[in-house]
Amino acid sequence: MNAALVLEQTLNGLQYGVMLFLMAAGLTLVFGIMNLVNLAHGSLYMVGAYLATAFARWSGSFVLGAVLALPATLLVGVAVEVIALRTLYERDHLDQVLATFGLILFFNELIAILWGRAAIYTSVPPFLGGHVRVLPGVPYPTYRAAIIVVGVAVAILLWALVTRTRLGMLIRAGASNRTMVSALGVNIRLLYTLVFGLGAALAGLAGLMAGPIYSVQPGMGEEILIQVFVVIVIGGIGSIRGAVVGAVVVGMVDTLGRAFLKPFLSTVVSAPAADKAGPALASMLIYLLMAAVLFFRPEGLFPARGRS
Amino acid sequence: MTTTSRRAIVLGVGGLALALVPPIAAALNQPFYVDLFRRMMIFAIAAVSLDLILGYGGMVSFGHAAYLGIGAYAVGIPAFHGVDNGFVQWGLAILASGLAALVIGAISIRTSGVYFIMITLAFAQMLYYLGIGLETYGGDNGMRLTRRSLFGPVDLTNPAVFYYVVLAILLLFLVAGGRVVDSRFGMVIRAARSNEPRARAIGFSPFRYKLAAFVIAGSMGGLAGALLANQTEYLTPDFMHWTRSGEIMFMVILGGMGTLFGPVVGAIVLLLLEDVLSALTAHWQIVLGPILITVVLFARRGLYGLLAGAPTRDG
Amino acid sequence: MAEPLLAIRGLRKRFGGLLATDQVDLDVSEGETYAVIGPNGAGKTTLIGQLAGDLRPDDGAIRFAGRDVTRLDAPLRSRLGLARSFQITSIFPDFSALANVALAVQAHTGGSFRFWRPAAGEPSLTRPARAVLESVGLGGRADVLAANLAHGEQRQLEIAMALATKPRLLLLDEPVAGMGLEESQRMVRFLGTLKGHVTIVLVEHDMDAVFTLADRISVMVYGRIIATGTAEEVRGNEEVRRAYLGEDAPPPC
Repeated sequence: MNAALVLEQTLNGLQYGVMLFLMAAGLTLVFGIMNLVNLAHGSLYMVGAYLATAFARWSGSFVLGAVLALPATLLVGVAVEVIALRTLYERDHLDQVLATFGLILFFNELIAILWGRAAIYTSVPPFLGGHVRVLPGVPYPTYRAAIIVVGVAVAILLWALVTRTRLGMLIRAGASNRTMVSALGVNIRLLYTLVFGLGAALAGLAGLMAGPIYSVQPGMGEEILIQVFVVIVIGGIGSIRGAVVGAVVVGMVDTLGRAFLKPFLSTVVSAPAADKAGPALASMLIYLLMAAVLFFRPEGLFPARGRS
Repeated sequence: MTTTSRRAIVLGVGGLALALVPPIAAALNQPFYVDLFRRMMIFAIAAVSLDLILGYGGMVSFGHAAYLGIGAYAVGIPAFHGVDNGFVQWGLAILASGLAALVIGAISIRTSGVYFIMITLAFAQMLYYLGIGLETYGGDNGMRLTRRSLFGPVDLTNPAVFYYVVLAILLLFLVAGGRVVDSRFGMVIRAARSNEPRARAIGFSPFRYKLAAFVIAGSMGGLAGALLANQTEYLTPDFMHWTRSGEIMFMVILGGMGTLFGPVVGAIVLLLLEDVLSALTAHWQIVLGPILITVVLFARRGLYGLLAGAPTRDG
Repeated sequence: MAEPLLAIRGLRKRFGGLLATDQVDLDVSEGETYAVIGPNGAGKTTLIGQLAGDLRPDDGAIRFAGRDVTRLDAPLRSRLGLARSFQITSIFPDFSALANVALAVQAHTGGSFRFWRPAAGEPSLTRPARAVLESVGLGGRADVLAANLAHGEQRQLEIAMALATKPRLLLLDEPVAGMGLEESQRMVRFLGTLKGHVTIVLVEHDMDAVFTLADRISVMVYGRIIATGTAEEVRGNEEVRRAYLGEDAPPPC
């Protein structure tokens, strides 16, 4: 294996980590503040991908499609919160898991009715086609590079929002002490809806960016969702910092494992054995990592304060 | 009426009703029903096993389908290599899934709350990918089970015989489950669910009891998986898919968790519902999803709770 | 002199910037009733938590019945004979009162890996449980669901569970908190009957209860023990009156 390939796969890992982070940020905030386990978070990712594809086809522009899909996903998220999830905040986790599981069934089937069960494809917009040169002699797809840039920018914006604004102050306070926030006279319902909408928009953003590189189909949300769970379990539930670290680690381990575990194994065991074991082991890698992290730190790497 | 005598009555009446399915199906010339009810009972076994840890033990395991899958592969893999002996296959199913539960439980029971949910889910997902990676055994397509498990003169290819074997196992598990939840052991796991700090303060170390319950439930789930492989004569990694875990969990809640017979009712009603809905429309999940949400929001005690009018965690 | 039943040396526990337990030394002799008093936030519950094994001290040692228990967890300490009640009533609400106490008996008679025989039908569990319920005055309420007991009865039940473990030391965290006058007097009378039979360490706000029951009292302020003595000595202590009771406060009686 050569250095250029390693660099390319590392960037792919980072790119995947960015997508995971966009998902994990919303999920971990919603859990940290509303104490809600939302399995349907993956559905919002899927909704974002489908809406962006549909809007892009209708308008003929990827950018316009993305710009329209973002607020639309936010609205879907707000609607879900107001109609179904609001009543679940006071329920136990089991109820939340089951009810949002019901939401997933609903959304997957709704998408299947509207767009069919087969995967649909979007192409990379022309202005993001081609490659950029990250190092002399190392080209990297512009679109994937753009995802990394957008993701890092969003992470910085989110950090600024949480640490520098009044809304962010309330979000932080809400994560550590809910009763105090309501005692401040803040409209807690509105805060919850806002946070949920924000999380939905971030998931939608991840979904619409995923369109041109992964297949867009019903159930796409759950595949990433379970990996996002691994991210926030490793990072510590409720912690944005943990989400960043967890997302990058999981993105890297998963991508590099898929790329290099097989060639690596073939140096240790016979080639056919590596052929067989490599892919399976690669897809299990992040779960093994999670088990290892939890064995030493049952509350993840960055446990949120005031929670057991 | 005491709990014990009510249980005996429900068990007798319910068992008799289920025992009458094959002759009635034969009389109506609808052999399909034997198949459907056998399937229900297999899932009922899985749901009863989950309820032991979910309802009585308070452990929200979101990966119970993993044991179903392990049990199925414990039948499929030996069969693939020409070992058709049922005692070997089913014994392996119980052992392997119990062992998996021991490992998964040892790591996940140290955590609690939402961590526990997500970890059990992730472990099941890991095994799902392992199944996909088993190229020799069909990878993600799975493989056909060329013949059902062999038990000497007991011929599982006879639908009615297989049916009564499943019914016997279900009844056995219900009787045993009823004993276990009221035993010293059952009292400990229920106490830990009810108030863990208090259980610790009077001198129980809940971990090992919870782990033991987790292993028992895993083994039962594994046997259900072995039955399921024989039922479908086919096995795929999809047996371990997380939506399957969600379904089993829904059966428990629908029927009434922390009750002995609730999960059986839940399994029967959910599969019946799926059967009816899927006959009406290919998009039946769009109806099932909201039904699930409604049940969670408004019928928390489950159908058995409503029917029996009994407090939960009782019968 | 015989070793005290409970000996605490140099105990320290810090929460962030707050020193909740600050170099606490304490000896409790067998048979004695010992009270720790102090204003809210003095660190009394933190102390109980460390004694019971729920909190790990940062520094210091706890010896109980002649052995170092500093690193033992709560279930192990309980099995050595250290029983407790919680500040906020802690029972098994979905079990009957009898089952609550029977569980405590079971925890101390071993053999919980028994899967077949109904626990409720085991006289070796129910008989002692009934006896303890009788002794705390809940004999007639044995079959009531614990959740349906009155608040005072639930506190009695908690004591019953503690007693059912046949403890050598009873840790009571505000046993009369939230009780009406009559209820709390009844509880104090009951605890008085235990005096001498079992060693008691109690943390309490209610001064009447403390001065009635305690042989010795330690006063805790900001995590430190500022005075220890009999009720008379503590009442007369200038530092105690300044720090705890306030300068103007009349001596408690």
